[in-house]
Amino acid sequence: MSGGSGLPRIRIRGLSKRFNSNVVLEDVDLDIMPGQSTTIIGMSGSGKSVLIKCILGLIKPDSGEILIDGENWLQLEEQELLLRMRRIGMLFQGAALFDSLSVWENVAFALLQQNTGKEEARERAIEVLEWVGLHDIADLMPAELSGGMAKRVGLARTICHKPDIVFFDEPTTGLDPIMSDVINRLIVRLHKDSGTTMLSITHDLKSAAMISDHIALLCHGRIHRQIPSSELDSDQDPMLRQFVEGRAQGPINCSHWGKKIEEAIQR
Amino acid sequence: MIKLLTATGKLTEGLCIHIGLYASTFAGTVRRMSSRPWHLRMLLQQAEEVGVQSLPVVMLTALFTGMVLALQSYIVFHRFAAESLTGLVVSMSLVRELGPVLVGLMVAGRVGAAFAAELGTMRVTEQIDALWTLSTDPVRYLIMPRLIAVTLMMPLLVVVADFIGIYGGYAISIYLLDQNPSVYIENTTQYMELSDFYTGLVKAGFFGILIGIIGCTEGFNCKGGAAGVGTATTRAVVISCMSILISDYFLTAWMFA
Repeated sequence: MSGGSGLPRIRIRGLSKRFNSNVVLEDVDLDIMPGQSTTIIGMSGSGKSVLIKCILGLIKPDSGEILIDGENWLQLEEQELLLRMRRIGMLFQGAALFDSLSVWENVAFALLQQNTGKEEARERAIEVLEWVGLHDIADLMPAELSGGMAKRVGLARTICHKPDIVFFDEPTTGLDPIMSDVINRLIVRLHKDSGTTMLSITHDLKSAAMISDHIALLCHGRIHRQIPSSELDSDQDPMLRQFVEGRAQGPINCSHWGKKIEEAIQR
Repeated sequence: MIKLLTATGKLTEGLCIHIGLYASTFAGTVRRMSSRPWHLRMLLQQAEEVGVQSLPVVMLTALFTGMVLALQSYIVFHRFAAESLTGLVVSMSLVRELGPVLVGLMVAGRVGAAFAAELGTMRVTEQIDALWTLSTDPVRYLIMPRLIAVTLMMPLLVVVADFIGIYGGYAISIYLLDQNPSVYIENTTQYMELSDFYTGLVKAGFFGILIGIIGCTEGFNCKGGAAGVGTATTRAVVISCMSILISDYFLTAWMFA
């Protein structure tokens, strides 16, 4: 996998977001170069999903800048932002397939909304479904799919309109190890074949190491550490080590959750 | 005392927030109606669900309301030998008041609940977020067709309900209470005006807007998983029904003043 050069495709500067008194993101800075695949890891509730939703315009941040190819998306009107979304793909944690539409209509949704002919859109949907190994389920409804199938259909929908930037929200959560590997391999193949810029969030370190060339640890509302994925096992940062080794005790818990968790662990 | 003031303050705040939310959703939806895409396929699908699928419940409600109204009116008019006015009272009550209100309440229970539940489920399963990331405006795709469908279908349902209800009253008066059919029809048509009919339809359209906006807004802004969907659905039905009854008074006062 290759990183790019020149201007970052995604540049985040000083991004902050709080919900009432709960500070979720505080002064987050992050650069993702064209063609780079970055994964953000971090504890549950650390703000990973909020960060992606801020980039996508689903949550309005309190302050900061989100520059995509040099353009500040926070200053765009709603309709302008919707047009920019044609360049974006997003795989949701639960796949978020539309219940009332068949599999192929889900996959071709973006094309159908952009006035692509029905036949052409269906052909493209089946082509992408073949790519994820599910060409024979085009006419099924989402309720008839297993979790793994739904995730692959979600992946097919994410890439059907050939986006420049793809976001993955917990791509392997809730899947068995074999299906997780299938999804990871598909993501790697997508990155190799198309050179798409990717930003993923996950708890699954095996997945993170496999699908990304850079890993960032989001902790206490900030990007605490950003390293090449090849250094995940060797990096000696205490917080990163605690997260990688999966220890309850360490700098993350003590500072973030206070003494209550420490006491609960001791009991 | 402070507790009472705090509770009153919170209630007022909640009420203002909700009215603001409904108003901004309505304004946002109407603003989008002036430009493409209109999602006509979605609109037809919603019109079928709101209109055609509500017909059985609306017809049954109207039929029995007309029948009960005829019985009750006859009992009262019989006391001062004015039975011939039964038809007029049944028709006027249905066309001016009961038709739009009862159809509104039925549609609020059936369609308003469905809007809130469907959109609420889409919200908590991130389907609404997915629409946005697929470059589709969720308000235009989800709320606009529903609002147009329920606003257009409500008057049509009321027309059906009016005729069915009047026929129910006629059937009871003629076949059960032995009234003269010619006198019944003559008295009904002689004193009814076209304005009685269309003011009922205006009310129906207004109730349609209320049902659409309240159901869609509650679902669209739903929070908190399955429990949140349940709460949104209950709120949609209760607020729609209350709004219909309250606004009915003001509409009546305004239109028949």
